[in-house]
Amino acid sequence: MALENILILAAASLLWAMTFRNHGRTWFMLIASVIVIFWLQPALPIRGADFFTPLATLALVVLTWFITADDETRKQRKNIIILAVVAGVVLLLNLTRFLPADFQLLTASRPPQLETTLFIFLITGLTLIVLSRLTRFSASFLTVGLILTIGLFLLIKIPDLSLWLASFLRTLSGQSLTNVSANDFRWLGFSYVAFRLIHTIRDKQSGRFPSVDVGEFITYVIFFPAFTAGPIDRLERFIKDLRAPFTGLNLETFYPAGQRLLLGLFKKFVIADALALIALNDTNATQVTSTFWMWVIVYAYACQIYFDFSGYTDIALGIAQLLGIKLPENFASPYLKPNLTQFWNNWHMTLTQWFRAYFFNPITRWLRSWQKPMSIPMMILLTQVATMLLIGFWHGVTWNFTLWGLWHGLGLFIHNRWNDATKAKSAAWATTPTRQAALNISGILLTFHFVAIGWIFFALSSPVTSWQVILKLFGVN
Amino acid sequence: MNEIKPLNVLIKGLLLFILFNLVIAAWQPGIGQFSLYNVLYPGRERLPFGENPTQSYNLSLFDLDAMFASHVIAGTPKADDEFRVIIVGDSSVWGTLLKPEETLAGQLNADNLNACGKNVRAYNLGYPTISLTKDVMLLSYAMEYDPDLVIWMTTLDAFPLEKQTSTPLVANNEEKARELATNYRLRVEANDSNFKVISFWDKTFIGNRRAWADFFRLQIYGVMWSATGIDQVYPSDYEKAQTDLEADDSYHDLTAPLTEDEIALNALETGYRVVGETPMLLVNEPMLISSGANSDIRYNFFYPRWAYDDYREIMATLSQQNGWTYADLWDIVPANEFTNSAIHLTPAGENMLAENLAPYILETCK
Repeated sequence: MALENILILAAASLLWAMTFRNHGRTWFMLIASVIVIFWLQPALPIRGADFFTPLATLALVVLTWFITADDETRKQRKNIIILAVVAGVVLLLNLTRFLPADFQLLTASRPPQLETTLFIFLITGLTLIVLSRLTRFSASFLTVGLILTIGLFLLIKIPDLSLWLASFLRTLSGQSLTNVSANDFRWLGFSYVAFRLIHTIRDKQSGRFPSVDVGEFITYVIFFPAFTAGPIDRLERFIKDLRAPFTGLNLETFYPAGQRLLLGLFKKFVIADALALIALNDTNATQVTSTFWMWVIVYAYACQIYFDFSGYTDIALGIAQLLGIKLPENFASPYLKPNLTQFWNNWHMTLTQWFRAYFFNPITRWLRSWQKPMSIPMMILLTQVATMLLIGFWHGVTWNFTLWGLWHGLGLFIHNRWNDATKAKSAAWATTPTRQAALNISGILLTFHFVAIGWIFFALSSPVTSWQVILKLFGVN
Repeated sequence: MNEIKPLNVLIKGLLLFILFNLVIAAWQPGIGQFSLYNVLYPGRERLPFGENPTQSYNLSLFDLDAMFASHVIAGTPKADDEFRVIIVGDSSVWGTLLKPEETLAGQLNADNLNACGKNVRAYNLGYPTISLTKDVMLLSYAMEYDPDLVIWMTTLDAFPLEKQTSTPLVANNEEKARELATNYRLRVEANDSNFKVISFWDKTFIGNRRAWADFFRLQIYGVMWSATGIDQVYPSDYEKAQTDLEADDSYHDLTAPLTEDEIALNALETGYRVVGETPMLLVNEPMLISSGANSDIRYNFFYPRWAYDDYREIMATLSQQNGWTYADLWDIVPANEFTNSAIHLTPAGENMLAENLAPYILETCK
């Protein structure tokens, strides 16, 4: 999100909270979120894609709600009203195509013809009708939904598949394939949307899904402060805040919200953007020749990514708080943690919690349930590496994200084994506050440098360049 | 819980912000004099200029204090055995497409010349726009660094009257131009519309935010300058200077013959007043002499033959009349040693120029 987007959203939220308080707050959040996903979607080279992409997000969210909601909730009349309002908002956005270009402010390019949007509505509506009439809802719908969401996710994240998708969509819209690229189809916020949808489907499968109407569900999945950069909230927690009466702005809400927002703006637009000028990237990685300056730009990248990401989180938390929603924390001084396990407990916390809940714990339980379970170290190695590889793939299915995941997976395993082997000795040695502090500080420094070196794979696109940078860091040219 | 009035908070915040802006506007802190260059990082070998900051780690700004503070000359005290040479001029001096060591200043330094029993150290103070007034402005700053010799590289395109104040560096520094007018009789029109009118709003923090941002970016890019030594984009390929020319003999709405009152000789004279007793070598810089289509009408993209020939004659006469040391090196570099412009030289071309200039530098002491 650009600064002007953030300021407009913050001002709109503040104005709403000051003026209307609890009246229509959920409607405001729903409608604002629907508008924002169209507004923030960047322009795409594929004709109409920057309008249809957010529309596809909405369709996907509605379908997921439909297969996860219980019969009673699904049949409530208010859902039809909500869907009609959402469709009305989308149609109004679509109708801006008839305004002069200068007034088409809410979409990246001129919206497509109305007929296509109506056709998508029709298909979505028919799917809902067929789903509801076809048979009783069964677990297989959920499985299909899960596979479809993961499939879409892979389609977006694997460069070869993205290229195929871009070619397909270009052909569909009658465009030339000359300049087709895997980056043609950038689906804003889909990484987060997919994880929220998977979370709700899995919770439904395990019987933990709360009863929510379609408006609450849409608001949860595309809640505008957290749409582009998280955090990944849990539905049952979000709904609690959404349904709680909002008492308006008082000292308890306004000051922390304002502070958080300002802190986030400062972190992102002053510190992170300044560091971005000197942070490691594909170009400067090959230009810097000295060890000292290589460390400087690697440190700059490590700090930039933290301030950028945690700044956005602060902004999201601040804006949400203005509306009475307390989103979960995503960062808790991760670079000041004395080991890698603690680093990951405090970096992008909602993502790691998500992976812990929906991958690490289930797979660990499954491995333990074997008749002849594998050894504990082997199990830890397998689960840690697999989890971190998946977190790497969440960012993009490339060799460098694979290496980054592997780096952290192995790091977590080594830390686990080291900790097991030395815990007693460390405790026996660190008997004085000075020794404890020394142990803590050396742990922090070691962890930070391990993470910083890992960021090299994250920042660069080529394993060869990454390796050359690592060699330069250690004085090998 | 106390009900607070966010509107009051916003109003108070706004008032504080307005107050801060008023203080900045009244105070005009002149932060350009402070620099991390020559303190945390080495100074730049040439003045900051760049149209693609993210790739060149360099940017164009108009704060002359900040520009000079970032230059290596600002952090280099003149040693007893240093013979300090400063070179002013346009992009050919600054060194478009050239690494710092390949520029004229770099080549002169590599030659390890010795003048007056001292080691010659040349400083590149060229700037990539063509205007004599811009050169004089930079010269007035450069004189603070106590040069033993000034080399002023110039070409006809720096002389047209309409180009004097239209170059952005001059247009954004009216106050400096007026100072030159007052102190050194630089001719500046009272109501020159090229100067950017600076209102009170422009002096506030928010009104002048571009300059503040540029200052901070210049400091931050010092890291990349130190780490890479890169201060411009070096494309692997570029379009060579034009040699097939239009059959057009026009030049800046002037008609033959070129006369002294049609060009900014006053700026040239002002330059001499600025340097005072310090020796100055005035150089008509090398240019590409085309042998392609219509080369009988034009020398190159910039100049029709009549205008350039007249200009050379005027310069020769003027320097003789005033006793200026003048080197007319217009044709010393062959056409194949120019890069993307009729005045941009290859490293080999710069080397030829340096070899031709070296005797003049050594002559200064005799």
